[in-house]
Amino acid sequence: MSAILSVDRLTKTYASGFTALDGVSLDIREGEILALLGPNGAGKTTLISTICGITQATSGRVSVGGHDTITAYRAARELVGLVPQEINLEPFEKVINTVRFSRGLFGRPRDDAFLEKILKQLSLWDKRDQPIRSLSGGMKRRVLIAKALSHEPRVLFLDEPSAGVDVELRRDMWAVVRQLQQDGVTIILTTHYIEEAEAMADRIAVINGGRILLVEDKDALMRRMGRKEMRIDLREPIAHVPGALADFGLTLEQGGARLVYAYDRQATRTGIVRLLTALSEAGITVADVETRQSSLEEIFVGLVREGESA
Amino acid sequence: MNLTAIVAIYRFEMARTFRTLAQSVISPVLSTSLYFIVFGTAIGSRIDQVEGVAYGAFIVPGLIMLTVLTQSISNASFGIYFPKFIGTIYELLSAPASFLEITAGYVLAAATKALAIGLIILGTAFFFVDLTIAHPVWMLTILVLTCLSFSLFGFIIGIWAQNFEQLQLIPLLAVTPLVFLGGAFYSITMLPPVWQTVSLFNPVVYLVSGFRWSFFGMADVAVGWSILAIFGFLLACLAAIAWIFRTGWRLRA
Repeated sequence: MSAILSVDRLTKTYASGFTALDGVSLDIREGEILALLGPNGAGKTTLISTICGITQATSGRVSVGGHDTITAYRAARELVGLVPQEINLEPFEKVINTVRFSRGLFGRPRDDAFLEKILKQLSLWDKRDQPIRSLSGGMKRRVLIAKALSHEPRVLFLDEPSAGVDVELRRDMWAVVRQLQQDGVTIILTTHYIEEAEAMADRIAVINGGRILLVEDKDALMRRMGRKEMRIDLREPIAHVPGALADFGLTLEQGGARLVYAYDRQATRTGIVRLLTALSEAGITVADVETRQSSLEEIFVGLVREGESA
Repeated sequence: MNLTAIVAIYRFEMARTFRTLAQSVISPVLSTSLYFIVFGTAIGSRIDQVEGVAYGAFIVPGLIMLTVLTQSISNASFGIYFPKFIGTIYELLSAPASFLEITAGYVLAAATKALAIGLIILGTAFFFVDLTIAHPVWMLTILVLTCLSFSLFGFIIGIWAQNFEQLQLIPLLAVTPLVFLGGAFYSITMLPPVWQTVSLFNPVVYLVSGFRWSFFGMADVAVGWSILAIFGFLLACLAAIAWIFRTGWRLRA
């Protein structure tokens, strides 16, 4: 897949001297969902703002669909939709009018049928004639998405789309985002909910201190960095791990009723068979066995810590 | 040229006017009518004619200018300050629209509203005083140019302002005194010679004088200077806005 958005050595130093972006280079492939993860103040929003023209870059360049965002800003910006983190909306205006305004602002001719489609997709159609201040927080966030989609962008930035949104709405939003991807829209998502990245993203980028620490396919990342864990529920609780099992590095949980064994799935010998044999030799009866993979969240926390200590 | 963007901004701003019709249109008309009653009918009847024009009629151009100036500034400054305040400015900054297009949308809307109010006040004036307009085309031209140039000025104030107090500061501290001292209610020829000279440094004198000329055919300064002054102001404001958008001053971090 070709890159629809290309960020090349982007640097942003604010007037205060704070460097929010420190030579960021990143290629976004057409049609993918890229999750941009990073702790607060990592540079996520600055990166998005600089790509979209809200913040001026100190150096470096960005192109969207091959158009430079400075020298060919019209062609570049027409392709981009932005859903900001803060709920920034004109409170007194009707839903339909603000969405219509956004479409016009981006130079698109009026198309009420298209706006109707978007508003229906986002369950906003019934609210179209209501003033925005009468909507709930989740609904306002949908209005932001509707505005960003109103001019049919090829690239959509979602900056913390599910902040302050309840679980049900969040799942609805994920469905909308997947539908957009099927329609061919490229999506860049920043989020604190790692669950969200795990559920949606094709690739993960981790940013911290204004630097990209890693960009990788999500599945590959999970495979590469994911530790697996085997939980062994015992029929009879034990007080301590028998000496014969000391080599396995087991931990005892749930008052001695569960043994937890961490292993690397990529290793040639996982040690599972050996452990189970040793257990039966030690006279411990196994009631149940469950394996689970470490979540992206654990991977992420590990990465950021590693980056900070380096 | 992103004409659609200009139209979109213009419509959005005009929608605000219609949404708040009472405060947008009725209140300036009401306050100007009060001026007519107090200065025109009540006190004006005891004041001599000014250069052959009844005082009630004499103050009409000045009153219209006073309202049009303050309205142009407040409409345009609020129009651009409000998106900054509530954060919707992100959309303007990320849109494929140039500074000229964004400015045009806001300024045209602010000027339209100011012009409408000016014309409504003129219409109201006919109920209070006998009025003839000597040069209607020039009257309209000067009015339109004033609305445009002071809306541009208001737009700059709106970008400059970082809070609501600053938004009110220049209209209150600079524009209102300049208009009152700019001959809105008197002819500067009524002043002692020294103050006549000082008045010539007040740009509003040229506006009011030119506008009054279009009504009564008499002016404090030659009408050519008035037109030139308005154009000069218009160009200065445009240059300032071009610089603001190029540098991102108070708009882009």
